[in-house]
Amino acid sequence: MSVEIIDKSKCYHCGENCTSDSIHLENKYFCCDGCKLVYEILSENNLCTYYDLNNNPGVVQKIKIREDKFAFLDDEGIQQKLVQFTDGKQTHLTLYLPQMHCSSCLWLLENLHRVNQGVISSKVNFVKKEVYLVFDTAKTSLRKVVETLTAIGYEPHISLQELDSKNIRKTDKTRLYKVGIAGFCFANIMMMSFPEYLVADGVVEANIREVLKYFIVAFSLPVIFFSATEFFEIAWKGLKHKFLNIDAPIALAIAITFGRSLYEIFSHTGAGYLDSMSGIVFFMLVGRILQDKTYQSISFDRDYKSFFPIAVNVVVDGKSIPTQIDKIKSGDIIQIYNNELIPVDCILSKGKAEIDYSFVSGESLPVLKEPGEIIYAGGKQMAGALELLVVKEVSQSYLTNLWNRDVFKTKEQIPDSFIHVLSKYFTFLVLGIAAIAATYWYMQGENRLMWNTITTVLIVACPCALLLSSTFTNGNILRLLSKNKFYLRHPDVIEHISNINQLVFDKTGTITQQSNVKVSYTGKALNDSEQLNIASLLAQSPHPLSKAIVEFMAKKELITVENFKGTEGKGIEGWIEDKYYKVGSHEFIYGKSSHQQRNSVVYIMIDNDVKGEYKIVNNYRFGFNRLMQTLKDKFTVSVISGDNDAELSRLQAILGKDADILFHQKPDDKLSYVQHLQQVKMKNVMMIGDGLNDAGALKQSNVGIAITENSNNFSPACDGILDATQFSNLDKFIEFAKSGKQIILMSFVLSILYNVIGLYFAVQGTLSPLIAAILMPCSSISIVLVTYGMSELAALKNGLNKT
Amino acid sequence: MSVIIVMLVGSLIIAGGFLIAFLWSVKDGQYDDEYSPAHRILFDDTLKDKPIK
Repeated sequence: MSVEIIDKSKCYHCGENCTSDSIHLENKYFCCDGCKLVYEILSENNLCTYYDLNNNPGVVQKIKIREDKFAFLDDEGIQQKLVQFTDGKQTHLTLYLPQMHCSSCLWLLENLHRVNQGVISSKVNFVKKEVYLVFDTAKTSLRKVVETLTAIGYEPHISLQELDSKNIRKTDKTRLYKVGIAGFCFANIMMMSFPEYLVADGVVEANIREVLKYFIVAFSLPVIFFSATEFFEIAWKGLKHKFLNIDAPIALAIAITFGRSLYEIFSHTGAGYLDSMSGIVFFMLVGRILQDKTYQSISFDRDYKSFFPIAVNVVVDGKSIPTQIDKIKSGDIIQIYNNELIPVDCILSKGKAEIDYSFVSGESLPVLKEPGEIIYAGGKQMAGALELLVVKEVSQSYLTNLWNRDVFKTKEQIPDSFIHVLSKYFTFLVLGIAAIAATYWYMQGENRLMWNTITTVLIVACPCALLLSSTFTNGNILRLLSKNKFYLRHPDVIEHISNINQLVFDKTGTITQQSNVKVSYTGKALNDSEQLNIASLLAQSPHPLSKAIVEFMAKKELITVENFKGTEGKGIEGWIEDKYYKVGSHEFIYGKSSHQQRNSVVYIMIDNDVKGEYKIVNNYRFGFNRLMQTLKDKFTVSVISGDNDAELSRLQAILGKDADILFHQKPDDKLSYVQHLQQVKMKNVMMIGDGLNDAGALKQSNVGIAITENSNNFSPACDGILDATQFSNLDKFIEFAKSGKQIILMSFVLSILYNVIGLYFAVQGTLSPLIAAILMPCSSISIVLVTYGMSELAALKNGLNKT
Repeated sequence: MSVIIVMLVGSLIIAGGFLIAFLWSVKDGQYDDEYSPAHRILFDDTLKDKPIK
């Protein structure tokens, strides 16, 4: 028998550190009851292979999910919006499961029918993190299926936004078809052009050459009328907006090459350049595919709707009825449970509210609210159930109004990339050369040669090398960045990053870590039993500061405190072992509030003797100090926060006295601050934020980066998503993005060399299909190799290449 | 007609077959999810017995 070594400190289910070894089943230890519960369900259903495929494959289950949370799924209106197909017997639907991360997940989800017999089949799309389910409506219901998924640790994300957009994110396959066909035609045309390259006559019979030419024409048709269509479309769109983009000269070159080749072939004057044409179309399409590879599991376009639950319980005649959010009217009474988001502006009518506004306003500590107080939408209830009286409907609430501002109105953006500018100059230059050469031949009286020159120069003039170098470089940079957990929405963002000269950081959640606080004690030393008593007393208080201190003291077994009295938001007092303990704010201890000490300080008094104080500060993210020292030298850095100014001096010490460090900033203020920087100070701003409160500023800034602890998590609309663990590498990413522009320019210079050779032949009217057929793949392949090699090198230089 | 033309047509038919296979695979969604099929094939069909207590 083999002896399995069990790590007691790590949860068998999710791999989190176990704080105690009390939760266990046989010899398996768990961090929380939730994880143990999932294990029990799986082992009951004989699904323990889940744990054999990967070590600790689960997702932590510390947050309990309310029993009737999914009651709204019994509502037919909601069901209709979620379900893709149903005939009364079978129902098909796709659910988004952000927790999916490994092959164990895949295995378990595809064995869902073992847990819930009603499920007929389940198929995972891992890239999209979706599961396609078919279930028997007679044996189970939508609600039960969702509850099953939740029970095994995969709570589907069902949001208002997805309901509205019908949640069908289709992948566009046309480009793949186009590449396939272009590649096929290109290879065959190349093969059939081969006799044409052999100069000596008689190697291939003349009539066979003729037949081959017609084959070539036939193969070029799908290339120009199917594969190359997007170049014509984009060029036309640009021209309509009076903008000359890079596709315009490319489309022109393709059209001229095609026309001239047809003329040559049908007039029996030559062989045409269809081989080069189809080759270049193929390479350019490959480049575009690499560049536009999307991250299907990441959504960059979230608005407030995806943060909201889709239904809440409305109390009607003493009964709670799940109701869709957009059907809530003012005057309704709604119920909100622990850890749920409040979707509308309302007045607290029953319950103890402890609202975490960090996402909406940036305040780091939850706010306590008394019945009768107004609670704005977007807050998250942290303690127990609430009953609230709705004041405003969802569409009119504070949070929604934020989104209706102008910045969020999508406007068509004119591409301003330097690639287009460069291609414009390039095109004009080559047109000039064509004109000069043509005039020369005209003066010489060589009319036929003049037309020959004009067309061949235009063929060579195609800035396809520029397109190739930019698409391949951008594609590789995006790939390397995503390997380092920095995901960009669009290749253009790389260039925007390289232009920034000002960085604006949000504080809460961006440079500080929500869950990671530093507790320090100053004052008279406390002995062990005093510490234990304080911890036991504080354990009775739900206040976040108390919780932080209890966690900091890490006492294993707390004693029960019976005689205690808590004053909400102030402190707690009680008798333990014949001593009177009083723990709380300055006001609570001294009777008056202090002006020097802001919040986040907890005072300890034992028998009317003030012993000392616990100070709680947020920890800055790992590497924050180093990052700021590097960034400070190159950019202007400022910090803007919705929180109080408790950390001002600490930030000033890091950023310097001159840096803008602003506190008490509302979401609107953040937006106008960025606007001010852009319009008055003419800065290119990169905003780094995390919450809804930064959403406006993220959108307004030239580059908006959202920080997320977990890429499955929900981040506001932005240009890029940065994994929190990579936060300290931000300076390297910026440097790397900057090198992208240099790489494109460098490979462009290389391609100009090829163009000069081509032009040398073209102006003389002697560009033969053979020369064109040699130059085209040479320049394309060398550009691909150079851009790839250079970007890998740049990544290495910036320390990005991780294995 | 030369035999080369016959060969050419033959080779085009074969190449065309591969093109159709490629287009089919794209349409069928083989490139939608590169992760799951590669891992799915590694899973055992039979379930292991309950862990011995």
